[in-house]
Amino acid sequence: MFSTARYLLGAVTALGVALTPLTVSGQQSGYPGGSAYPFGTPATEADIAAWDKDVRPDGKGLPAGSGTHKVGQQIYGEQCASCHGAKLEGVRDPNLPQGGGPALIGGRGTLNTPKFKITVESYWPYASTLYDYIIRAMPYTAPGSLKPDEVYALVAFILGDGNIVGKNAVMDAKSLPKVQMPNKDGFYPDDRPFPVKHYD
Amino acid sequence: MDRSQVTGEPQIGEPATELDFAPPAQEDCACKEGMFPRASRRQFLRNGSLLTAAAAILPARAALAAEASSAASGALDPSWSVPGRLAKSDYGERAPFEKVMRLATIGGTSSLTPLQAGVGIITPSGLHFERHHNGIPAIDPRDHRLIIHGMVDRPMKYSVEDLKRFPSISRTIFIECSGNSNAASRSASQKTAQEAHGLTSTSEWTGVRLSTLMAQVGVKDGAAWVLAEGADGAMLSRSVPIDKIMDDAFVAYAQNGEAVRPENGYPMRLILPGWEGNINIKWLRRLKIGDKPFMTREETSKYSDLITLTGKARQFTWVMEAKSLITFPSGDMRLPGKGFYEISGLAWSGRAPIERVEITTDGGKSWNLASLQEPVLPKAHVRFRFPWTWDGSEAVIESRATDQTGYVQPTKSFLTRTEGVGPTYHYNGIQSWKISPDGSVTNVLNG
Repeated sequence: MFSTARYLLGAVTALGVALTPLTVSGQQSGYPGGSAYPFGTPATEADIAAWDKDVRPDGKGLPAGSGTHKVGQQIYGEQCASCHGAKLEGVRDPNLPQGGGPALIGGRGTLNTPKFKITVESYWPYASTLYDYIIRAMPYTAPGSLKPDEVYALVAFILGDGNIVGKNAVMDAKSLPKVQMPNKDGFYPDDRPFPVKHYD
Repeated sequence: MDRSQVTGEPQIGEPATELDFAPPAQEDCACKEGMFPRASRRQFLRNGSLLTAAAAILPARAALAAEASSAASGALDPSWSVPGRLAKSDYGERAPFEKVMRLATIGGTSSLTPLQAGVGIITPSGLHFERHHNGIPAIDPRDHRLIIHGMVDRPMKYSVEDLKRFPSISRTIFIECSGNSNAASRSASQKTAQEAHGLTSTSEWTGVRLSTLMAQVGVKDGAAWVLAEGADGAMLSRSVPIDKIMDDAFVAYAQNGEAVRPENGYPMRLILPGWEGNINIKWLRRLKIGDKPFMTREETSKYSDLITLTGKARQFTWVMEAKSLITFPSGDMRLPGKGFYEISGLAWSGRAPIERVEITTDGGKSWNLASLQEPVLPKAHVRFRFPWTWDGSEAVIESRATDQTGYVQPTKSFLTRTEGVGPTYHYNGIQSWKISPDGSVTNVLNG
């Protein structure tokens, strides 16, 4: 038994040794990569600047400019209220895009109830997301049309009406990352899987 | 039916009669129905004594339509055995009798795949579900570019034609919206498999590995996250860990052998096998490499999983977990009578290949293994089958999938107990269909 096993093991090893160089030399991969793929063109600084508008929680990406609650209130009335409601309470109307826009404020203290209400005030963990989302995706019918000053002002207005910042607060690249959202500690990384071997 | 009961053999279809082989009556038409010794198909249907197998696999409404059209002639009609339509340079269409459709939801932000009508594992491109956050952009591929920048040595931009120069891969991958089955988590009011679970589909996607493209641009030390951004009005964007990008992610320019459909990201989209639909960014125009997550709206205020029992939300829940669904028989169908049926459905898991699917036909009292139809591909819909002879009494049928990690698809009540009633992304509870003695199949809550 032992000798047979050793013999087989030896044969396998010998085959492996014998075949390895052949396989390597025989398998000219043909996929060189690197400079052998001279496809595409370098992206210029202008190319990147035109699209690089995202903003992170630490404020990276926030442009120059500023805005106040007062200015934001006026822009909101013109650009946002038709879908999100005059009092930021949200609108449900099948004639509006997406059937209307969600409420932006309210809902604090509801997240652990069956009548949870998800809004910027109650749920969003970072103020930066508000700027990032508005400047790229809002208003729904003309995304990307707002200037940085206007977006800063809208952030000041929404956060002010949500009692997250004072109504005198000025939003800019320095102040916005410092905003502490009420639900900033409300998230944790994916802890699945569950359930395993569950028979209910 | 009598003979099948005696012999125990299932009888599907109709016995061919001598008349089927007889020459057709001259000038036969619907108006002459009843003029011939054999009763017409329509009369059989009216009498309820005969239904075709085809009718059984169609929803009741479609069965009525099939009845109306098949009633055009009673005898087997060889009228088409004459010179037919010739080839032309065109884009082919399905037979005019085939009417199965996607179902758009209110507001037009999504449409649902008719899972109950599907066979095999591939979803036809024209029936692949869609979900978009500001409509489908009308992109001219000649002007579309993918820019890769951020923490890279060589920022690059690529056209579709550039991408096609690279070595390509093709993979058959399911994509499921993480909001799929959302309504089913709350009630059984959706009538069909399509209405309840139609935001999942499988296509063969072809494109370029992102590990290949990352090698081209040269990822810098410390890079950990990639922001993927679409060119649609919503400029939908998500943060993807670089490990996933380097593992099995790719940029697809083709779907089922042709260009990606507009509603699915034409001319290029991100494919992250096994991960929730939303992060498979369509109309992909930008990949920005960074060292931290970007915390976009779609990964904070949306597509995070609030657990209402605690008020805290699970974040970055990318993987779609094991799930399955019986597609035949399923809601809004009507079985023509007791006898043999092959239960069939789909199972999938974004975490690991499907290990097994079990079927119950007694509401969960007993479970039996279904057979998995080849090919059983990882991160793709898998077709399962189970032979069943219905005795004509009320029955509740369910399927339960297990993947190779050992994860078992949970019941609805388990999910409600452990998670409460949240926004219900990632709902994968067991689906129950009730078959009533009259053969009607309805969506029910069971357990």
